[in-house]
Amino acid sequence: MDELFTEGAPIEDTKAPEGPLEECWDKRRFGGKLVNPANRRKLSVIVVGTGLAGGSAAATLGELGYQVKSFCYQDSPRRAHSIAAQGGINAAKNYRNDGDSIQRLFYDTIKGGDYRSRESNVYRLAQVSVEIIDQCVAQGVPFARDYGGLLDTRSFGGVQVSRTFYARGQTGQQLLLGAYQALERQVAAGTVQMFARHEMLELIVVDGVARGIVARDMVTGEIETHTADAVVLASGGYGNVFFLSTNAKGCNVTATWRAHRKGALFANPCFTQIHPTCIPPSGDHQSKLTLMSESLRNDGRVWVPAKKGDTRKAADIPEDERDYYLERIYPSFGNLVPRDIASRAAKNVCDEGRGVGPGGLGVYLDFADAIARLGRDAVAAKYGNLFEMYERITGEDPFDVPMRIYPAVHYTMGGLWVDYDLQSTIPGLFVIGEANFSDHGANRLGASALMQGLADGYFVLPNTISDYLAKGPFEKIGEDHEAVVEAREAVDSRIEKLLSIDGDRTPDSFHRELGAVMWEYCGMERHEVGLLKAIERIRELREEFWTRVKVPGENEEFNQNLEKAGRIADFFELAELMCIDALHREESCGGHFCTASQTPDGEALRDDERFAYVAAWEYTGGAPVLHKEDLEYENVKMTQRSYK
Amino acid sequence: MKLTLKIWRQQNTADKGRMVSYELDDVSPDMSFLEMLDILNERLILEDEDPVAFDHDCREGICGMCSLVIDGTPHGPEKATTTCQLHMRKFKDGDVITIEPWRARAFPVIKDLVVDRTAFDRIIQAGGYISAPTGSAPEAAAIPVPKDDANDAFDAATCIGCGACVAACPNASAMLFTAAKITHLGLLPQGQPERYDRVTAMVDQMDAEGFGGCTNTGECTAVCPKGIPLETISRLNADLLKAYRG
Amino acid sequence: MRDVSSVTRSTPVATRPRPKTPSSAAGPLKRYRSSVGRKVVMAVTGAILFLFVITHMLGDLKAFLGREDFNHYSYWLRSVGAPALPHRVFLSSLEAGLVVAVILHIWAAVSLARQARRARPVRYAARPKVHENGYATYVMRYGGVVILLFVIWHLLDLTFGAVNPKGENATPYDKVIADFDPARWYITLFYIVAVILVGLHLRHGLFSAVQTLGWGRQGRYPAIRLVADVTAALVVLGFVAVPVGVTIGVLK
Repeated sequence: MDELFTEGAPIEDTKAPEGPLEECWDKRRFGGKLVNPANRRKLSVIVVGTGLAGGSAAATLGELGYQVKSFCYQDSPRRAHSIAAQGGINAAKNYRNDGDSIQRLFYDTIKGGDYRSRESNVYRLAQVSVEIIDQCVAQGVPFARDYGGLLDTRSFGGVQVSRTFYARGQTGQQLLLGAYQALERQVAAGTVQMFARHEMLELIVVDGVARGIVARDMVTGEIETHTADAVVLASGGYGNVFFLSTNAKGCNVTATWRAHRKGALFANPCFTQIHPTCIPPSGDHQSKLTLMSESLRNDGRVWVPAKKGDTRKAADIPEDERDYYLERIYPSFGNLVPRDIASRAAKNVCDEGRGVGPGGLGVYLDFADAIARLGRDAVAAKYGNLFEMYERITGEDPFDVPMRIYPAVHYTMGGLWVDYDLQSTIPGLFVIGEANFSDHGANRLGASALMQGLADGYFVLPNTISDYLAKGPFEKIGEDHEAVVEAREAVDSRIEKLLSIDGDRTPDSFHRELGAVMWEYCGMERHEVGLLKAIERIRELREEFWTRVKVPGENEEFNQNLEKAGRIADFFELAELMCIDALHREESCGGHFCTASQTPDGEALRDDERFAYVAAWEYTGGAPVLHKEDLEYENVKMTQRSYK
Repeated sequence: MKLTLKIWRQQNTADKGRMVSYELDDVSPDMSFLEMLDILNERLILEDEDPVAFDHDCREGICGMCSLVIDGTPHGPEKATTTCQLHMRKFKDGDVITIEPWRARAFPVIKDLVVDRTAFDRIIQAGGYISAPTGSAPEAAAIPVPKDDANDAFDAATCIGCGACVAACPNASAMLFTAAKITHLGLLPQGQPERYDRVTAMVDQMDAEGFGGCTNTGECTAVCPKGIPLETISRLNADLLKAYRG
Repeated sequence: MRDVSSVTRSTPVATRPRPKTPSSAAGPLKRYRSSVGRKVVMAVTGAILFLFVITHMLGDLKAFLGREDFNHYSYWLRSVGAPALPHRVFLSSLEAGLVVAVILHIWAAVSLARQARRARPVRYAARPKVHENGYATYVMRYGGVVILLFVIWHLLDLTFGAVNPKGENATPYDKVIADFDPARWYITLFYIVAVILVGLHLRHGLFSAVQTLGWGRQGRYPAIRLVADVTAALVVLGFVAVPVGVTIGVLK
């Protein structure tokens, strides 16, 4: 394993002030320098991505008076994938008087993250959470309300308090539209310049400091350079490295990967979250997976045939030949075990050849008992819209035949390493939202992604970035600056290379193959042999990609396959790092299950002695260098979970 | 399934464009409509032909990016469903399917089936927001909102901005899109201070973008994948009248 | 209690006054040139014309009360306000009002139709499927043109008598009887077709006016549509009754 990576100096966050956790954020804001309002309009910031984090950050920075340039690859900032989040957003408002508090949200998040996140950041997240709700309501986000007209909440993701605010099953959409409208208001005011259908392809670093980006206008193909005094990446997660995921088709790692190549450390890349209740793939044509609310497991019973290769219809399998495996293995939690356990158990039974549906990739989620117990109408009232969605996609009615579900990649906890100020290891480069690694540790709790995105964008970054920008005015960087020219030429030559190969395989065919390798060896269960095999296979595939890919058309046009090919090229490099990270972390924690580290019952077993750290990887072009950030817990006690 | 696809091909905005036919064998009924186009494109690439450009992103019916007029109906034959969630089992073996972009002057074609919908963003810029600077928000529970108002506001707020309403309207009007935002914000107490300025400005912007006027045919809500109700348009009209009367 | 993090800010640089829009800057009448404003003009003038149509129909039906009543009503119309008002002043003012309404109605219709045409320069290759009431645009636009032509003919016929077999000096009742004589069945047929078009125009027009004037709500639509349908049907029946009555010999 030595040749795969080397270990470098440890790394630490130097921005979080010493002292009690609850005073940390106040102290930091007081300690940070401010920028005089008159000077703000002379300072410019680039924000890449317009999801909850990027959209809210660009809007807020514009409102503060900075000159902001906002970029997104979609045709409108309103389409970023935050829009697809269904469940809700957590906030420690304690409107229910049920014992919730900032301290409890903090604790739940640290524990849910399996003790692999930084206390100071998570505490601040919990503090800021209450303001997010105020902000969103003021913007007109139509949260669910009770009959008294007050905000309704529900309990979500297995926590004991009711702290999740929601807008039917479309919370992400409503929150994103709030941020989008705030952003468009700034566009109208002239403080934000919007660049839709633009994709960031390179970071411009001048003397070790982030000073701009190279972007491609996806309509004309023009390669543009944009310089600024600071760059903010809010480009989301990298779940699409698996090809099949619940991410939007366009989600990619290119922005963060290019920054990584320029010196930003990439933290915990192997921490990916796999969601157990997705609609299974229906064949080789499958292009993405659709998530269904986890609430289905409240009333549905999960089972597979007891015998291998049983091809009978579900209804023809008698009760005693069914294996309700979650209820069997986890008698006290049954069908409600946490996401990772449910996902892994499903994979295990499918690997045993007992899966159902096309390709044997699926398990039943059966509502027959619930229908018998509660009546068809009650089940329809609770799950009607989910059943409809399922039927639209599969053509099967869950009232007649059991649903089929299968796990799918859903969220990536890893991302670029950032300090308390959300600044990466490249000065002037800030990373927010899913693109950074900061708040969720090894596993994210339900309804926390939206919270983090908006916390970073509305409240944290606008405060911390001023401390950096207060160092200005910065030297002007012209188009002809050596570093700008170099970044631009790198982009030009990569595009030229991709177009000139003219091989015999489509970009998508490589992506599918890469995804299959990652899913098999770096998915729900990881082990040394598999990961080594995966690394070998990824390297072969990458080589093949650069000799056999066929990208049609040219650069100077709307060319969706050129976009894809560039993203896939970066996914190859990320995939290898993910496998190396997974290989080196010889413990199981959160979304990372290492078969060598489990309890006798087959549960995930953390190794806090050896692995209570953040693995931050440095790009070298060869074997990456590991920098460890040790995690110290002064306010919570580390415990091992059990769901038996 | 065997299908014949008649697809609008247009190299760029300046190109005149034309319909081109493609034969496709082995289409599985379980494919989504866009997966069927993916298969066609994989083949076209290997045959050294230009693949068909079409917009898509989330493929789960919420981002509003996908946008095809299928046999004369935006988002195709299934009600309340976006193109990305439409599946091939809704078609029959041997079908001839016509696929065109949204047609409107305000939505110029970028390439093939891809159109430019930034006109919608500019309508929002004209006033489709509540001016609530970050940090200045009052406590969220301070103003109760009647549940019915919150529900009606939500129904309007579910608009995904796909533009099917414009595509289906015999006048290529953007009224349903504009009205959805007017209704969403106009029903909430937070939206009151800017209510009448908002409607005047957004309607002016809508006209300036080159959309047609509304003639209350209801085609828009019939094809709307989110079922935005027709009453939103009437609410817009009421607000605008009030604004005009001063 | 709000105890944490609010963004440090002095005067928000970005908050500048909302720019004047064409409508808010325009005078009170010019505002109605927006697409919705023109629809309002169309709805209000349409409502005026609708009221006229109803009165006209009720007046027509007096034919069933007999020659005397009908002619007397016609005379009364011309002498309202006498002797204070000179002959026909009241009626002429009404007519002038109607002409203005018709002109505004047509102005709104034509300009909206042209705007719609401009808004879709390239048509669909596949014939757009109609899901709701999409045919209404054709009914209103092309039907409207036919109705206009009909009204012109109708005025020449029964008001000015220029194309009436009895000429302009006959009594109104005689003109009607002569007009729809069984031998002139084609005139009756033309009249019926025109009146049905008026009915269709009203059917969508009434619904549309309610919607345009801001009273449309999901819960009310079935009732609004029902009222529009029934009213339109009654108008058709009411207008068809007299010519058909003449043609089949009930009125003579």
